[in-house]
Amino acid sequence: MGEIFSAAVNIAFNGLAYAMVLYLISVGLSVTMGMMGFVNLAHGVFAMAGGYIVTSLMKNQGVPFPLALIGAALAVAAASIPVERLLYRRFYGGDDLDQVLLTIGLVFMSVAGATYVWGPLQQPLQPPAWLSAPFDFGFRSFPAYRSFLIVSGAALVTALWLAVERTRFGAKVRAAVDNLRMAQSVGIDTSRLFTATFALGSGLAGLGGALGADLLPVNPNYALQNLVFFLIVVAVGGLGSIRGPFFAAVLIGLTDTASKYLAPEFGAFFIYVLTLAVLLWRPRGLFGRA
Amino acid sequence: MADLGAVGAFAQRHRHHPLEALPWLIAVAAYFVFPSYLPLGAQILATILFALSADLVLGYAGIVTLGQAAFFGAGAYTAGLLAAHGWGEPITGLLAGAAVAAVIGALSGIVILRTTGLTLLMLTLVVASMLYEAVNRASWLTGGDDGLQGMQVWPIFGWFRFDLFGQTAYCYCLIVLFLCWLAARRMVHSPFGRSLVGIRENIRRMHAIGAPVARRRLVVYTISAALAGASGVLVAQTTGFVGLTFLGLDRSGTVLIMLIIGGVGRLYGAFIGVPLYMIAQDRFSTIDPVYWYFWIGLLMVLLVVFARGGVLGLFERFRR
Repeated sequence: MGEIFSAAVNIAFNGLAYAMVLYLISVGLSVTMGMMGFVNLAHGVFAMAGGYIVTSLMKNQGVPFPLALIGAALAVAAASIPVERLLYRRFYGGDDLDQVLLTIGLVFMSVAGATYVWGPLQQPLQPPAWLSAPFDFGFRSFPAYRSFLIVSGAALVTALWLAVERTRFGAKVRAAVDNLRMAQSVGIDTSRLFTATFALGSGLAGLGGALGADLLPVNPNYALQNLVFFLIVVAVGGLGSIRGPFFAAVLIGLTDTASKYLAPEFGAFFIYVLTLAVLLWRPRGLFGRA
Repeated sequence: MADLGAVGAFAQRHRHHPLEALPWLIAVAAYFVFPSYLPLGAQILATILFALSADLVLGYAGIVTLGQAAFFGAGAYTAGLLAAHGWGEPITGLLAGAAVAAVIGALSGIVILRTTGLTLLMLTLVVASMLYEAVNRASWLTGGDDGLQGMQVWPIFGWFRFDLFGQTAYCYCLIVLFLCWLAARRMVHSPFGRSLVGIRENIRRMHAIGAPVARRRLVVYTISAALAGASGVLVAQTTGFVGLTFLGLDRSGTVLIMLIIGGVGRLYGAFIGVPLYMIAQDRFSTIDPVYWYFWIGLLMVLLVVFARGGVLGLFERFRR
């Protein structure tokens, strides 16, 4: 009995940590696809960049971990602005297939670019000492880094949701997702809104990639390897939704962790079964609008 | 023939245009001009068939799929298993592979084709990924990660042996591709093909005029699966190997890219995009083995920025 309970706690704990990372990375993708109608298959590149920036800042410059995290998020957000302004903008609302070709092309370039700059090997994340020892919660102890992931992820999610529900910027984002033309008619500058939202989504992805460097190993093939999972989170959560991907990420994170514990030889099979079931039951995802 | 304008052009759309002979003339000429590249040529021809199958669903029925490799791999594994277990006859292997792929296409199509858009895209991907995991798991039969070992492919008609120089392979692939292309061409110009275009352009109106939309989508999905399966068989038989990469997402994605590069929904996009991509890949990976991905990615980005609608789209804009 105790063993089963302990396994369940382990799965819940690691699954939640994984879910936080998945959500932070995928939420920007969901908004880009829902609001701008742009299929950004290169979204994982931003997460990969975040991971690389954090690992190299810490290893080469000796920057403390929290500072490196903030630096990675800001750098990725800043770098995403010219990409959006110069390249993505002209494809909004255009042909899906052009978008697919463009963004996969960018992914290919990122694979080669990352190999050129950082080499083909995986970049390990060395968490600081205060996150390396396990936390003791009395009845049992948990790995500190994953606990930190869950706590900081939860804080970020709360902040993001509050921002979307309570601020003027959030109201504009929701308006543009719901009805783009109406939003333009009432005088929202959607061009600037797109850039700001895109930068925010990319920055969050960068942060997610940086925080999750431990779970999703940072290597040149990152954007291709993890693309399917990001897409699944968006599709299961519901396009354009901000809350949906969170529940999808929790569902996927828990299922993936559970299947790795209980039936590792099946690989990601159960994730696919789950996705199939959810999408047949609700074709627009858990929180998609009909 | 008198010029009948747009109506005339439409009424004669099924007639063979002299330009359509061009790819075949090039393919036959390539056999004599580049004898040392025949193995690559055979792979290109087989992949053109694969891209053609994707064009039927994507370009004509408007079904964006990332799971075409499921059928490619199903065909390849069927022929491979037959050849590894004592039945290496190529033509029956080809038919069996296409049939198995068609069955998988029909069964999965019944379940997933009720959805559209991103959901459908994800479901095609999920079906292919499930097949991938299942084949990987059944390693006692399929060899799992190591690939299927011990394929013995017999000579075609008991006479034409698959040689090291790829002569038989090239001709075999060329003939199969030609027959499949004839069938596909006939299909897209038939009333059935026109109704597919109608479904792609305006699905509600097709429902309104009483077209059996769901059934037509399923039929074209199944046919496309059969062609993809045949293409997988060709690759398996000519290389003598089947592995998990035959079922991978990479393959579904790459064929989509090759098709988009050539131009979607024109039946000839595959004939331009596949050679362009595969020859570029072959050249880049020789010149710059480490970073060739960068150049192929750059090529794709430049194509989208300067030539929307693929190479054929570019030509059409010049003619206007």
